[in-house]
Amino acid sequence: MSRRNAFWFWVFVGPFALGLALFTYVPLLWSVALSFFDAHNTVTPTHFVGLHNYTAMLRDDAFLDSLRTFLVFTAFIVPATYVFSLSLALMVNRLRRARAFFRSVFFLPAACSYVVAALVWKMSLFNGVRFGLANTVLGWFGGDPVAWLSTTDPPWYWLVIVTVRLWLQAGFYMILFLAGLQRIDPVLYEAAAVDGARPGWTVLRHITLPQLRATSVAVVLLLVINAFQAFDEFYNLLSDARGYPPYARPPLVYLYYTALGQGQNLGLGSAGAVILALVIAVVTVGQARWLRLGRTDTDG
Amino acid sequence: MTSINRRTLLAAGVGAGLLTACGSNTGRGDGGGSGPRLSQWYHQYGETGAEQAVERYAGAYKKAHISVQWRPGNYDQQTAAALLTGSGPDVFEVNGPTLDQIQAGQVVDLTELLDGVKDDFNPAVLTPKTYDGKIWAIPQVIDTQLLYYRKSLLKDAGVEPPATLDALVDAARKLTDSKTKGLFLGNDGGAGVLGGTPLYAAGLQLVTDDGKVGFDDPAAARTLGKLHQLYADKSLLLGAPADWSDPSAFLQGLTAMQWSGLWALPQVRKELGDDFGVLPFPRDGAHGRPSVPVGAYGAAVSARGGHRQAAKEYVKWLWVERTDYQEDFALSYGFHIPARISLAKRAAKLRSGAAADAVRFTTEYGYAQPLLWTPAAQTAYQDALSRIIKSGAGPESELRAVVRKVSDELDRVKKKP
Repeated sequence: MSRRNAFWFWVFVGPFALGLALFTYVPLLWSVALSFFDAHNTVTPTHFVGLHNYTAMLRDDAFLDSLRTFLVFTAFIVPATYVFSLSLALMVNRLRRARAFFRSVFFLPAACSYVVAALVWKMSLFNGVRFGLANTVLGWFGGDPVAWLSTTDPPWYWLVIVTVRLWLQAGFYMILFLAGLQRIDPVLYEAAAVDGARPGWTVLRHITLPQLRATSVAVVLLLVINAFQAFDEFYNLLSDARGYPPYARPPLVYLYYTALGQGQNLGLGSAGAVILALVIAVVTVGQARWLRLGRTDTDG
Repeated sequence: MTSINRRTLLAAGVGAGLLTACGSNTGRGDGGGSGPRLSQWYHQYGETGAEQAVERYAGAYKKAHISVQWRPGNYDQQTAAALLTGSGPDVFEVNGPTLDQIQAGQVVDLTELLDGVKDDFNPAVLTPKTYDGKIWAIPQVIDTQLLYYRKSLLKDAGVEPPATLDALVDAARKLTDSKTKGLFLGNDGGAGVLGGTPLYAAGLQLVTDDGKVGFDDPAAARTLGKLHQLYADKSLLLGAPADWSDPSAFLQGLTAMQWSGLWALPQVRKELGDDFGVLPFPRDGAHGRPSVPVGAYGAAVSARGGHRQAAKEYVKWLWVERTDYQEDFALSYGFHIPARISLAKRAAKLRSGAAADAVRFTTEYGYAQPLLWTPAAQTAYQDALSRIIKSGAGPESELRAVVRKVSDELDRVKKKP
């Protein structure tokens, strides 16, 4: 790289690199350091406690519960969104008219804030009184009102959490699948038809899904990462000024209360964040290996 | 004479803009004083006029410029985070401070501000702001929670205002029909708002005066088990659009009884006239007594502020000397009991009807969350309460785990200097 090019490289990249270092890597390293200290109400600790925060966090039932909650949520929301957004994409792709209209309609919720959507779901669609939308519909069929977010047996709150996330994110993944579908060579479908493959499940299984493999890998990875980061809708659906119920509490919410809430235990919160990062790394790497990410079909 | 060209005009405009920006003060409610510039934070009160009132108080202070910030959202979390930095408030409202904040040296000792008037502050709210013999915040107003009940609905159902927890469970069941639930304790079934109230109603405490767990007793499990009975009977209103702190569910006839704050009283009285009453949380068991939780936002001074002495002087002026402002703040906008006993006694609005009952209950049965009750202890207890109420978890085993956790927390905070 010439000196002139190097100069312009740093002019354009430098500020972003500096911002990244200052606001991401330094806090990250600081947080890892804090996790080995007793850091109540301070970010400049002096009392080294070794692995105490880690052992305390791993013995904390509330944190372990939150990890289980998040695993259940991920195990459910990832396949649900995958199937739903792929179905939408297949449907929109087959349309001969108004395809752009329906593409926009299904994509629009992606532009909505998670906070706003969660509040609409909580206060209008799924409130627990008889005039909530869902309960009104139930009433038409003679059903009693259901306290959707307050009932743990059965755990109706999951229906609220999952539907709001599906509504918000399915359109975005539909666009990714649509892009993938439009890259499939029509010749493949014609050849399949000549060979006697009937349109429908057979073509989907033997032509469409294999051709969408790269898109699917990207979609699943993004979905898993997004599920790990779940916070907004959980927090806005289930918290109140007094706190948060122990069920359906994702780890980020718990760490928020531990480190940034009144607890202000930044050492313990940092240890939890490191543990969570390790869990995410293990799950992501495991999933990438399972999906054979980065391998070609000839790699064996 | 040199003509002014467009470039000169533009440069002058930009320069003037910059100078204006440097000199401007975007804070609200600036005091008219000539001293240092102090930042004062309040959490967002819902009552109309409260924000303008505190700006007016700040504007009347002449020894410093007071910039009032009215902060919506998770105020306690905001202040807790701001206290870690130098850019936080100088003076701030605090629903505490917590023991950890005091022990970490985040707030300034304000003991001297109450010299000569300490006895006039209600001990129920001053005690939790006192640690190691020093006072760490000046109580502003007393807030309390009560059981609101609709007289006509109880009369129609042949139900007396409940004086015991068993009577409350029974009344809630009888008052429940297809349109109205018997009782609203919040959308989480009461786990969040009730806190230690049922334990005090059973004659127990969260933390004893000598710093031990106050509910390691079979009576605690028995009492908390009755809260699950309310849930199991389907007597509780759940999933209301507005939560317990808002009287809407009570006013809309969604529930016959609601646990809510004293602040809701003017609105309830306006809507229902005399068709309501207030009660303490009813007693349970032979050693029980009614219980009423009280709390107080206090004015504290950040230890990281640049003008700590000026901030202390301002707090003394506003929350110790200006009793007219204190009375105005407590009773002209929302509905709170003044923290000063002398002010509470002479307040006309607190002398009759449900308001007078509320003051009496607060005086006779009020308890405040002890300073040794840490946020970690609170989370453990609240989680257990949620599992007992909603999932029917065994109160004994849940409480055993909480007792262990709270003991650990008490040991931790006692070790600190």
